[in-house]
Order: sequence, then C-alpha cells, then structure tokens
Amino acid sequence: MTAIPPGGQRKLGLVIDLDTCVGCQACVTSCKAWNDGGAYGPLQDLDTQGADPHGPWLNRVHSYEDGVGAEGRTVHFPRSCLHCEQPECVTVCPTGASYKRAEDGIVLVNPDTCIGCKLCAWACPYGAREYDELAGVMRKCTLCVDRIYDTSLPEEDRVPACVRACPTGARHFGDLGDPESAVSQLVAERGGLPLMPELGYQPVNRYLPPRERRNIQGQAEPVEPTAPAGAPPAIDRLFGWVDRMLSD
Amino acid sequence: MHPAYSVILFTTMSGAGYGLLALLGLLGPAGVLPTGTGFAAAGFLLAGGLVTVGLLASTFHLGQPRRAWRAFSQWRSSWLSREAVLAALAYLPGTLFAGAWIGLGLRPAWLGALTAATALATVVSTGMIYGSLKTIPRWHHWLTTPVYLLLGLASGALLLSMLVAFQGPVPAWLPLLVLVLLLLGAGAKLAWWRAADGLGLPATAASATGLSGPISTLDPPHTQLNFVQREMGYAVGRRHARRLRQLAGLGAGLAGLLMLPLLAGWPALWAWALGALLVAWGALLVERWLFFAEAEHVVVLYYGGSTQEAGCRGGG
Repeated sequence: MTAIPPGGQRKLGLVIDLDTCVGCQACVTSCKAWNDGGAYGPLQDLDTQGADPHGPWLNRVHSYEDGVGAEGRTVHFPRSCLHCEQPECVTVCPTGASYKRAEDGIVLVNPDTCIGCKLCAWACPYGAREYDELAGVMRKCTLCVDRIYDTSLPEEDRVPACVRACPTGARHFGDLGDPESAVSQLVAERGGLPLMPELGYQPVNRYLPPRERRNIQGQAEPVEPTAPAGAPPAIDRLFGWVDRMLSD
Repeated sequence: MHPAYSVILFTTMSGAGYGLLALLGLLGPAGVLPTGTGFAAAGFLLAGGLVTVGLLASTFHLGQPRRAWRAFSQWRSSWLSREAVLAALAYLPGTLFAGAWIGLGLRPAWLGALTAATALATVVSTGMIYGSLKTIPRWHHWLTTPVYLLLGLASGALLLSMLVAFQGPVPAWLPLLVLVLLLLGAGAKLAWWRAADGLGLPATAASATGLSGPISTLDPPHTQLNFVQREMGYAVGRRHARRLRQLAGLGAGLAGLLMLPLLAGWPALWAWALGALLVAWGALLVERWLFFAEAEHVVVLYYGGSTQEAGCRGGG
C-alpha cells in the first residue's frame, strides 16, 4: 500500500559524520556486495569489462570542495536513501511496490510487484533510487533489512553493511525516533542536519557537519615547496643501481 | 529529464484521442455533428485507436510490462494509478455511447457527458503526474495540467475537423473552435514557458549537503554516468530550446492558418484539415519532447549540474 502508515515510534536510519568520512568507498562496495548476494540480490552491473560499466548501486560517495581557497576543505559525502517520513517515492508508486514500513520506518521496494515505471526515482530529490535494467525494477537502500533482524548473524553484524564496513566510524545506525538513542544523542551533540529540509520530505537520516577547524589563519600560510636535493642520498643510488641490474 | 519516446508518443496520442472522444461526447448529442454511422464509426475508431495505441506505448517504458495491471491499485495516492484507472474507466461510457450512436442512432446527452468527463479526467491525471512532482520545479506549476488539457482538446478538435471535412462541408464553428483551442493552448503554453523559465531549483547545493559552501565537485562518485544522471540529468534539449520552441509555435500558427481555407469553404477541405493536423502534431511532438528535455530535476545539485549527454539507456 502506497499510503504512508501513521508515524511509528521507531525511525531506523543512519547518521553520517562528514567530519570523519575519508571517502574510502568501503561503504559503497560493502553495500554492493551485500545487496548483490542478500535477500534482494542479485544487483548486477552491465558492461563490467567494457567501456561503459554501469548498474544500480545503492550508496554513492561524492567528494566535494566545501569553500574556496584557504577556507576550502575536502568533504566526502555518502549519499543513499534517507528513509523519509514523507516519502513521495512511495505515494507516487502506482502498484504499491514502494512502501514504508510502519514498524521501523524503512522504505522498501517489493521487486516482485514493481513494474519499473521509474516515477519513484523522479519523485525522489536525493537520487536514492537506481533502476536495475536487468531485473526491470527499481532498487534502493533497504537499510539492510535482511541483515539487521537476522538473529543467525553475530550481534555485531546486525547493522547495515555500510556501517559495519566503515573503517573510520563515520556511519552510525540506530533509532532516530528515540531521543535517548546513541544516534539521537550524537545528532543533538553535533548539530546533525536533514538534507533539503525545505522540500518537506522529512528525511530520517542525519548528516553531521564537519567540525570547526582550529587556527585557519595559521594554515592559510602558503607552504614553500621544498627544493629537491642536489644529489639523491647514497641509499637511493644503491637502490637505483639494484633496480637497473635487476631490470636487465 | 530524459525524454522517453514511448511517453512522448503516449501523451500526445492519448491526449488527442481523449480530446476527440470528449468532443464527440459533448457535440454529438448537441446535434451539430454529422450523424451518419460512417462518421461515428470513424470517429470512435480513431479516438479509441489513438488512446489504445497510446496506452500500449506507455507500457513500453516499463521494466516489467506484464505487471502493468498492478497500476490500477493505488489510486488513493498515486496520479499514475489514477490515470490508469480513469483510462480503463473511460472505455465503458465511450464504448456504450459509440454503440448507441452507431447501432441505434441514439446519442444520449448524459452518456456523452460521461464519456467526455472520463476522457478529460484521464488527461487531467496525466498532467497531474507531472504537476505533482516537487522535485522538478518546471513541472510543479498549476499551468502544467491545463496545458495538457488544452493541447489534448486542440489536437482532438483538429482530428474532428478532418473527420468532418472527409464527410463534406465543414460548418464554420468547427475551424473556429480549432482556432480558439489552438490560441488557448498556445497561450497557456507560452505562459507556462514564461513561468517555468523563471523558476530556480527548490533547494541549494548547501541545503542538499548540509555544507556551508560554495561547493564544487572534486571527485564524482562514479566514473561512468549512472541511472540518476541519465534519467534526471538529461540536458541536451536546453541548448536548442529557443529554436525548438519557435518551431513548435510556428507549427501551431501554421495549423491555425490552415483552418482558414475550411472557413472559406475552399475545395479539398479534407486536405487542408489533414495538413493542419500533421503540422500541429509535429509541433506537439516538439513541445512534448521539450517538456521532458528542458525539465531540470533537483538531484542535479549533487552532481554539480546537468550532464550534457545525448545517450540514454534504461528502457527508452
């Protein structure tokens, strides 16, 4: 049913720390690996060895320059479904394949009833939905619903694959409907933001903005490039000689 | 937005078909149209054929066309589902009205009105599919649906004038009706273009990322274009938009001019009417293609703007 269920208490979602994300793409590949093999798989790519490899990926990491010049900094920005409280991707769906779960707020696509009309992707401002050409249905982040409730997995693995894979702890999973939860506390402490709040989709996921940098003035000093030494150190010459000998 | 040819065909054909059906339903009982069986049969076959072929074409852009029947279920929230339900519903009074006219020579006004109402409601729901999307500011405008309705009626009236012209003399009100609908349609479209061109995106790169900005892309998230960019970031139309708009306007104007021989009662009326129809249809195809190609989706904020690429994949 594409009507949005009355808001439940539980709002499962992600909190993404833009300060600690290093853009390593581990969440991207672990997401792809899990969703290629999990209950919603396969999630196949086309032309993988050719000139134009492409296919559905449910999590994408952009790298932006935020600010200009000395004020600028690199920010890695993971982007996936925000499991909105007012998901228009759900209400526009003509078949009921797109739905929002009342019990935990996860937005899902039923791949058995999706007709692949792509209207949900048009309705999503966040670009969270990608079409699977091979299956003819729409794909999106499931918040690893086939993982987080699976009691056959060790408890530490019962989190979304992207959260499990993140080496810097930039991704946090939890109940954003509970003000006492660790993720809600983190959002309150760090001033976590919803994306495009002005559109009214009420995303559940939150993004923690990069922390204020200390001593920006000092960092703004241009660093003098160090001049290359006249002659390489003896050890480098030795290695260079070894390299030449071995190359012959 | 990527202009899928199946959707362009569907919206133009079904718009004209429903326009013709509505005009037959309203004008048939009024007694101003030819009453012959042949005329009625041709009219309903043409309208029904256009609508049916259009509906079939619209399933070609689906990933799973065999599941299309599921689209009848979510009429409570989805305009696409409402369109499907209304399109199916419109067959009922339409078929009954056509049967009564052709078989019994009867044209009950209530049945004609019901035929017109369901036909026009289907076109309204088509317009609302686009008009309801907040993500595409150009479409999210109150004029989007009236434009669909007026252009559907205008192309339906052109079809009707051609059918009447094939029969014999054309009453003066018919080319005048076409002219009025063409003017209204063109005027609404012009106002829509004016309004749409002034609309920016409903969000900013800063609100889309939570960063203070200014924001520029250092590294894209993928080396090749993905579905989001190909479907929503399609921008090839914008470079030629001005010329294409002029072309569409020229077509509408020429179609209007071709109504004058009908008014004057020149020989070979049907040829003028057919010419007007073909020219107007060309203009309509250009208008509809621009409707998609010019539309900018808010998601391009994440990609630093639209992509200039004509390639398209994913069930054109």
